[in-house]
Amino acid sequence: MAQKIIAGVTVDVNEEGYFTNPAQWTKDLAVEVAKEEGIQLTDKHYAVLDFLRDRHSKGEALTIRSVGNSGIVDIKGFYGLFPGAPMKKAAKVAGIPKPASCV
Amino acid sequence: MAKEEFPLKKVCLICAKGTIEDVYAALVMSNGAVMEGIETKIFFTFFGLDAITKKTMNSLHTGTVGNPAMRMPGGLPFPTLLGLLPGVEAGVSAMMRSQMDKLDIPPVKEFLEMIEAGGGEIYACKLAMDMFKLKKEDLWEGVKDVLTVGQFYEMCGGLQTQIIFT
Repeated sequence: MAQKIIAGVTVDVNEEGYFTNPAQWTKDLAVEVAKEEGIQLTDKHYAVLDFLRDRHSKGEALTIRSVGNSGIVDIKGFYGLFPGAPMKKAAKVAGIPKPASCV
Repeated sequence: MAKEEFPLKKVCLICAKGTIEDVYAALVMSNGAVMEGIETKIFFTFFGLDAITKKTMNSLHTGTVGNPAMRMPGGLPFPTLLGLLPGVEAGVSAMMRSQMDKLDIPPVKEFLEMIEAGGGEIYACKLAMDMFKLKKEDLWEGVKDVLTVGQFYEMCGGLQTQIIFT
């Protein structure tokens, strides 16, 4: 398993840079991972990250529709927060595995 | 997975059929592309227009006749003759839609809205509209334009672009 040093902390990641152990995640690490993706985190970002981490911990599938129905942000807003590939980027910053869902 | 040297930049999808499975194949592929940050355009033509016509878009059906892959719940083959009975096609279609909803696959209109929210573009075929006597007002408001085949091809140029016919 690969490891990566982010903000002075060693974390387990896979070859694409996704955390393999969500328990190692902290908000400080999220700031650094987000920077690598060119994103400056705001409260709105954190709310989405918390939502995704919560869903992941319950074993629920991560779909873009669920984010849109979360009440935090609509889908257009989600694309705005994590431009390009929102689900993948958000999962990476949230310290959870790459989403395995097709929707 | 090895990193692709020339990743896809643009996909152009053509949806020419109006059954649930044909339309959803196009929508899932399109939404998936948008979510990957790939520029996405969908061209609806012939019976595929049902998916972007206000009156029909949320009540698409699947064909229950002449589909050898069709199964009863439980896995037994679905007799074609059963598919001929009144109401069966509607029932099967409703069942399919409810199964999809459980997997967080949205109804057609919502799915199109998701694609549009991510920057995907939706177009209708002019020739097919003339054939079915449809007007722009009959179409879902999110349809960006009504195009000829030539106009659609003009949008499909560029390296790392693929045209997909579903």
